[in-house]
Amino acid sequence: MNKPENREFAVVGKRLPRLDAPAKAKGEARFTNDLFLANMVYAKIKRSPLAHARIRRIDYSRALALPGVLAVVTGADAPRPFCVMPHVPTETVMAIDKVRYAGEPVAAVAAMDEETAEDALELIDVEYEELPVLLDPIEAMQRDDARIHEAFARNIHYESEQNFGDVEAALAASHLVIEDVFRTSYVTPAFIEPHAAVADYDTAQERLTLYCPIQMPHHLHRTLAEVMQMPMEKIRVSVPAVGGGFGGKTEAASCDLCAAILSRKLGRPVKVPYTRAETFAQNKGRHPCIMKLRLGFERDGRITGLDFDNTLDGGAHASWGIIVLFFTAALCHLPYRIANVRFRGRRVFTNKPSCGAQRGLGGVQVRMALEGALDQAADRLGIDPFELRMRNAVESGYTTASGVHVPHAEFKQCLRNVVRASGYLDKRGKLPFGQGIGLAAGYYTSGALFMLYPTHKPQATAIVRIDTEAGITLFTGATDIGQGSTTVLAQMVAEELGVALGDINVVAQDTALAPFDNGTFDSRVTYGTGQAVRRAAQDAKRQLAEIVAAMLGVPAEHLHYRGGAVASRFEPRKRVELRDAVARHVETRGSLVGVGHFAPPRRAAHRQPGGMSGPSPSYAFGAQVAQVEVDLETGRIRVLDYYAADDCGQPINPMSVEGQVEGSVMMGLGQALSEEMRLSPEGRLLNPDLHDYKMPTAVDMPRVHCVHVDSYDPDAPFGAKESGEGPINPVAAAVLNAVHDAIGVRFREVPLTPEKVLRALGKMG
Amino acid sequence: MKRLVELDVNGQRYDVIVSPRELLVDVLRKKVGTIGPKKGCGEGQCGACSVLLDGEPVVSCLTLAIACQGRKIVTVEGLAPAGRLTPLQQAFVEHGAIQCGYCTPGMLICAQALLDENPHPSEAQIRAALVGNLCRCTGYVKIVEAIQAAARGLEAGPVAAGAEPASARSTP
Repeated sequence: MNKPENREFAVVGKRLPRLDAPAKAKGEARFTNDLFLANMVYAKIKRSPLAHARIRRIDYSRALALPGVLAVVTGADAPRPFCVMPHVPTETVMAIDKVRYAGEPVAAVAAMDEETAEDALELIDVEYEELPVLLDPIEAMQRDDARIHEAFARNIHYESEQNFGDVEAALAASHLVIEDVFRTSYVTPAFIEPHAAVADYDTAQERLTLYCPIQMPHHLHRTLAEVMQMPMEKIRVSVPAVGGGFGGKTEAASCDLCAAILSRKLGRPVKVPYTRAETFAQNKGRHPCIMKLRLGFERDGRITGLDFDNTLDGGAHASWGIIVLFFTAALCHLPYRIANVRFRGRRVFTNKPSCGAQRGLGGVQVRMALEGALDQAADRLGIDPFELRMRNAVESGYTTASGVHVPHAEFKQCLRNVVRASGYLDKRGKLPFGQGIGLAAGYYTSGALFMLYPTHKPQATAIVRIDTEAGITLFTGATDIGQGSTTVLAQMVAEELGVALGDINVVAQDTALAPFDNGTFDSRVTYGTGQAVRRAAQDAKRQLAEIVAAMLGVPAEHLHYRGGAVASRFEPRKRVELRDAVARHVETRGSLVGVGHFAPPRRAAHRQPGGMSGPSPSYAFGAQVAQVEVDLETGRIRVLDYYAADDCGQPINPMSVEGQVEGSVMMGLGQALSEEMRLSPEGRLLNPDLHDYKMPTAVDMPRVHCVHVDSYDPDAPFGAKESGEGPINPVAAAVLNAVHDAIGVRFREVPLTPEKVLRALGKMG
Repeated sequence: MKRLVELDVNGQRYDVIVSPRELLVDVLRKKVGTIGPKKGCGEGQCGACSVLLDGEPVVSCLTLAIACQGRKIVTVEGLAPAGRLTPLQQAFVEHGAIQCGYCTPGMLICAQALLDENPHPSEAQIRAALVGNLCRCTGYVKIVEAIQAAARGLEAGPVAAGAEPASARSTP
């Protein structure tokens, strides 16, 4: 275990309340829909009722004639295609020529008030010619005659293969090969804040300001420049409080772009608030996967090889699709040692709201398959599932067959601790029929190595400004979507400068105020932006040290920052209050401005396709245990207790880390047991509301036990790795394994609804 | 026909002109200026728009403004009139019960209504009281802890700063 000398922190590692919490508790935090600008008008989006159709004609003359209507725009007003991965754009702001999912925008209306804009939508006449609706990716691949995008044969968005070692030989020589098929469901992030946007175009300056809840404002900045055909320096993206994102708010939403277009057209602020149904249509949630695997073992349980085949249902547009495809490839290689791995996969277009990046992307699906297969193997080999995982678990310094290097891992500790805390070994196979316990593990990237477009600029640049006017201010492009990054980054600055958390002002999530940051995705903020923030504070200290060393008459390298003062590490009486030192600096040299960057080595894992998806500076591991009870009469599964051991490095704020784990467990249980977007045969969403899209409520949630893991990544800022996405990875798998222990049935698809359970128990036809 | 309605919001009288179909949540947010109640679904399913109407929690997105003539409405802003946090709000802050904060106004309203009626609820009673309030961030764990802490505080004075939560943390 890596245990550096100095892990005594004053601010880092403390259970400190969030900086933004009091305002949120008082109802004062301003979310996008809470912005009311002078002269602001409203816009609503007309959406296609059909899932696949050619647009014959759009006539909006009746809408324009309605009193109070100010403007109507259609796809022709903004024809440039865009995508979060800019090299494969398939989406336009509003559909041009054809619609590819029910709910796709076809026009937008601005009016003096929201009600008039809504009424005007009814007055837009769209004539469609219906096309075959493809909802199943397997069928879509057989229907080259009904291409969703003309340029993509057999509706395959992207197809690829990776080969490491000799998987056929390894499987042929194996003592046991588990062969199985797993299917995951169509789920959506379902953050409580629906999308919304307020655009404010200044016609005199030709400048656009867009307010919206975007996780990656600097990438939306780029998309806006592309779609609006404006120079980037004329665009500002400012992010108010964000009511949850979970990946679903990483990309430009239709409302963002419609607001911008209409504001430019009208020369006044335009707000586009979404209904809940529109947020379902926007989707960009988790990809449903059909995963076929063959997993080979030696007699002693060592894994020999993995042959993994994945078909991803992408929905209508490109989105994060290629990255998700390759993440499902990369995530096969950890957290177990596997020398031979073959991945074959394809992402397929279907006529559904598009899938994108949802919390733990690529991992949730792969874990469901692999952890299920591991438990099957354990039974067949007569080895306890815990022991089987321990025999294959990776440790610090491991390099995968695909070339991914793991600098730091406390995975075995996770497994041991979670098994001990949950009593897994005493309970498995010994609970009464109907009750069961299940173990599953996972890992996730921490820090991201690559950008979404080719560039060598740093992934994050942070500024720490210290002066006698504003005190200490951190400027960062990182976006707090509720995960608490503003507080965590401020804790790092406070720790570095030896002051209290409350002494730090944070200016964040605004492209005009802070330099580039890659954004909130891929569990990169604490690790990646954290490095930049820490270096900015260190840079400020370096500059200040020149003044302070002279003031105190001690060498600069002896200076130590604690308790709001700078002092000699060796002669504590040689000290000066930080504010006095800063005043001296300001008087002699002006304001103190420290700058820090994070530019990790751009090192692809391998030279096969997809080598840039998956490698990251570090990795966080985890192991979880679910204890469940199956109601044998109703088929309902109740999760009684949930144990999660998370190797997240040094928690910067343990309370926030627990919050990430607990929220991940909730979202994972939703996918495992109840959540699923359902479509009619015509491709209309049947449950685009929070009553019929069943996410867990307060009474559904089990007790969640966060199991302690002692972890410190010496290369990470203050030893911290990620905790926002890793913990969702094993959840569905742990539940499935627990249900198998409870009733002896191994399920291979989610959600595990009561109907499926009763059918499996032979109690329903 | 639009009508003039007198609303009592957080102890202040507001004269607003509303149409018969206007929802209380929209009138509060757009005409009164209380942005605390959030519109998460518009269909009474998420609870983020909850307010107290004559002391009872209601979802303001299913309440017609025109029906609120003269009735006492309390939004989250009205829980702490002088800008100081109530013990319940303080407990939410200190226990990490707030992440994105979008559900928070509704959670606080419903939790306050619960504590007003039952100052010492069991965990099951707390969870049952929150069943109409969806949260996607916290898994409800720290929200329940905060309400428990606030309830304990009602016995023992204000919630102490930095108190360790009664969470289900276990160290093997």
